[in-house]
Amino acid sequence: MKKKKNVLPGFGLSMGITTLYLSLFILIPLSMIFIESSKLGWVDFWKVVTSERVVHAYKISFITAFAAALFNGVFGLLIAWVLVRYSFPGKRLIDGLIDLPFALPTAVAGIALTTLYAKDGWIGQWFSAIGIKISFTPIGITLALMFIGLPFVVRMVQPVLEGLEREVEEAASSLGATKGQIFRKIIFPEVLPALLAGFSLAFARGLGEYGSVVFIAGNMPMKTEIAPLMIMTKLEQFDYAGATAIAVVMLVVSFICLIFINFLQKWSQKHVLQEE
Amino acid sequence: MSIEIRDVTKHYGSFQALKNINLTISKGELVALLGPSGSGKTTLLRMIAGLESVEEGSISFDGKDLSTVHVNQRDVGFVFQHYALFKHMTVFDNVAFGLNIRKKSLRPSKQEIEKKVHELLELVKLSGFAHRYPSQLSGGQRQRVALARALAVEPKMLLLDEPFGALDAKVRKELRRWLRKLHNEMHITSVFVTHDQEEALDVADRIVIMNKGKIEQVGTPSEVYDKPVSPFVYDFLGNVNLFHGRLQQGKLNLGSAQLDAPDYIDKDETDAVGYVRPHHLTVERVRQSKDEIAAKITFMHSIGPTWHIEMRREDIDAYVEVELSKEEFMQLDLKVGEIVYVSPKEMKVFIPEDFII
Repeated sequence: MKKKKNVLPGFGLSMGITTLYLSLFILIPLSMIFIESSKLGWVDFWKVVTSERVVHAYKISFITAFAAALFNGVFGLLIAWVLVRYSFPGKRLIDGLIDLPFALPTAVAGIALTTLYAKDGWIGQWFSAIGIKISFTPIGITLALMFIGLPFVVRMVQPVLEGLEREVEEAASSLGATKGQIFRKIIFPEVLPALLAGFSLAFARGLGEYGSVVFIAGNMPMKTEIAPLMIMTKLEQFDYAGATAIAVVMLVVSFICLIFINFLQKWSQKHVLQEE
Repeated sequence: MSIEIRDVTKHYGSFQALKNINLTISKGELVALLGPSGSGKTTLLRMIAGLESVEEGSISFDGKDLSTVHVNQRDVGFVFQHYALFKHMTVFDNVAFGLNIRKKSLRPSKQEIEKKVHELLELVKLSGFAHRYPSQLSGGQRQRVALARALAVEPKMLLLDEPFGALDAKVRKELRRWLRKLHNEMHITSVFVTHDQEEALDVADRIVIMNKGKIEQVGTPSEVYDKPVSPFVYDFLGNVNLFHGRLQQGKLNLGSAQLDAPDYIDKDETDAVGYVRPHHLTVERVRQSKDEIAAKITFMHSIGPTWHIEMRREDIDAYVEVELSKEEFMQLDLKVGEIVYVSPKEMKVFIPEDFII
């Protein structure tokens, strides 16, 4: 039998490297978590992951990460829109500023945000005047996660907005569409897949974020403890199995969330995917 | 709907894209805006559509000044060179878009929209393609969808910006015939932009030839082709041979030969250029008169029924291009390297403006 020859050379080699790389840096480390946590046995495992304090931490983690990703979805789209559609002095500077949360050590961000939004901080004092506490509450956690996640949304959406043809909007306009209709029916559907991708990246990053959150959260049990902090706490007590047990749950739930978002994204993209 | 363009001028920064354009397009006409790139033809079309603002002058439809009316209120159908289809929508949804977005009170019922879209798809010969996406269509099919989409809102005029520019030669020819036929049936006032003179001559009722932001000439295809008013128009509408010489008593003196130039009997001792189309030159193997130009054949090739013969003038360093029919060519039995004698059957003489002053 003749071996079917691939047109692009190097498939064997590049696929081999890919598999090795993914195994070494993702698959094996992740499976270690499962192996480590299995030392606990089912009963203990269940006890650890369903303890009240841990469950509450999960809730805080998922809710704040979700809320932050949602906010970033809305405002990231807006910022990307402004950066692509308008020209104004200092545009390049603002464009560069977007990436700063990527580069900044997260602890620095955490400390800065905490001071700013504390009860007597520059911004926090205005909020506390109307009875809203930001630092040391879930709102503060969300704020830190918004800071961390913004670049994901902007950087995902920006190239798509840049790639939109002006003529398509002009065509819609000549057919009688208003500006609102053009945005809703023409621009938004084209941007949606990228927006969802940005959202899921920001969400995933928010779930795992530790450095910036621990400062602003205050880490009060049953109030502002996040799941990564619970893991840290267990590790500090040399309870490796307990720490990995919490990690396993995080991992599985995040994985399910990401698959779901991915599915949404595929669905919203299905028309564009029908190229060929 | 008739279109009246009065004293329209357009600047982009310091660049003047249009200078004092005056043009009237009557109801039901099919007009071509023809010119090289940068001539301002697309700018003018976009201003008619309302996609560019009118700063000086006015554009009115049926006597009503629409210079400040937004494109979405102008009732124009616009077709773009690169189709500009909504790629996340099916062909059906693309065509139905203009109707679907109307306010409830003005929107036809779902059944009516469906009927209309299917009628239009029939018209553009894409009946079976309603549920395809633009990415699954060929270029010609996409442009037909774009046309159906523009027609769906029953525009009062149809504006096409190089509609066939991105298509291959055969499809282009087919589509432009089809556009002509469509126009004959629907009588919708249409303006299309092209840089292809053959396309303009083939399709349009009237041609507006533009150059450097100005209108050079307006006329029917035969008018502009046979009676070009400027060297630019002559040059742009087809191949041309230039004979530089001096006007002397109604003759253009080339040095070696004297050619008739009866239009300029009153101009004496003026530099001028004779414009002659390649098919307006006769070729003889034997010199018939002293006013024939001797030339040596350098290259010959045939395109279908015509022979193109390139020759180098013996008197000066210049090339002459001649087109002969197959019969003429066979009779003369020409060979590369031979010396022949050419003379113009028809010539248009222009005095270069630089020399007037």
